[in-house]
Amino acid sequence: MKTAVVIFPGSNCDQDVIHAVRDTVGCEVNAVWHREEQLPEGTGLVILPGGFSYGDYLRSGAMAARSPIMGAVKEHAGQGGLVLGICNGFQILTESSLLPGVLLPNKTLSFICRPCFLSVENTDTPFTGLFEKGQVVQFPIAHGDGLFFLPADELNDLENRGGAVFRYVSPGGVGGDEWNPNGSVNSIAGIVNPQGNILGLMPHPERASEAILGGEDGRLFWRSVASFLEKGGRRHGLL
Amino acid sequence: MLRHVHVFVQLKDGVLDIQGKAVANSLVSLGHDSLGSAKVGKYIQLWIEADSAAGARKEAEKMCDDLLVNPIIEQYSIEVEGE
Repeated sequence: MKTAVVIFPGSNCDQDVIHAVRDTVGCEVNAVWHREEQLPEGTGLVILPGGFSYGDYLRSGAMAARSPIMGAVKEHAGQGGLVLGICNGFQILTESSLLPGVLLPNKTLSFICRPCFLSVENTDTPFTGLFEKGQVVQFPIAHGDGLFFLPADELNDLENRGGAVFRYVSPGGVGGDEWNPNGSVNSIAGIVNPQGNILGLMPHPERASEAILGGEDGRLFWRSVASFLEKGGRRHGLL
Repeated sequence: MLRHVHVFVQLKDGVLDIQGKAVANSLVSLGHDSLGSAKVGKYIQLWIEADSAAGARKEAEKMCDDLLVNPIIEQYSIEVEGE
């Protein structure tokens, strides 16, 4: 899968994600500066990495969402191309209206950096196809604004269509407020759009992609995407 | 002429205002028992070149829609000096 990682001023997980994708699936990965207006020819997956684009000024992801490259990202998404936003990338996707909702300051009002356990709630997406439904994985979080919020009626719609792909749970897979680090509604850690080609999550799969980093659950994430793209998947109506 | 525009951005009712709650709790713990609640928002000042105050307001509204305000969670009001 040919991958493009967009770098905004203030991105700081771009090299981590480039390393994880290359190391795991050995594909071509191109770094794309945010001032560019086009993605490299043949890009299958676009990744908006974590970090603090534009210093998180105004609202996290607000200014990056208006960067020149985002026109090309929207076009790619509109054609059914895969887009993944991790942490600040997730915030950029909501600010771009490519995904619903918004990421608010954590309920603790503090930056939280620690391992988290997630339940994979929907395996019928290009990003989670190789996981078992309900499988518990460990991806770390590192964010200050990670409280996923959506008005009640839209939240119902999201849940009814299986849009909540990852949820914070205990190591044993039990839900509850004590396992929800940031106060996200319904303990939501990651969501997918109705067409299934745009996914955003706050935890970092790229930081759980080799044993030396404390976990390898992230490898299955990258392999899922690669497997989907190898089968020629690139269209709407996936769910 | 350059017109001074004041933009006040607040979280909509029903959106969790964690900062407002934390500020209220701190004030109460300092002995301000009369406090009912507190909300934290943003105050943005703009200086806009416009022939009229109404023109400056219109331009500021566009800026709010384009970037300054996220309508999912925020609402805003605008004051234009001289209006």
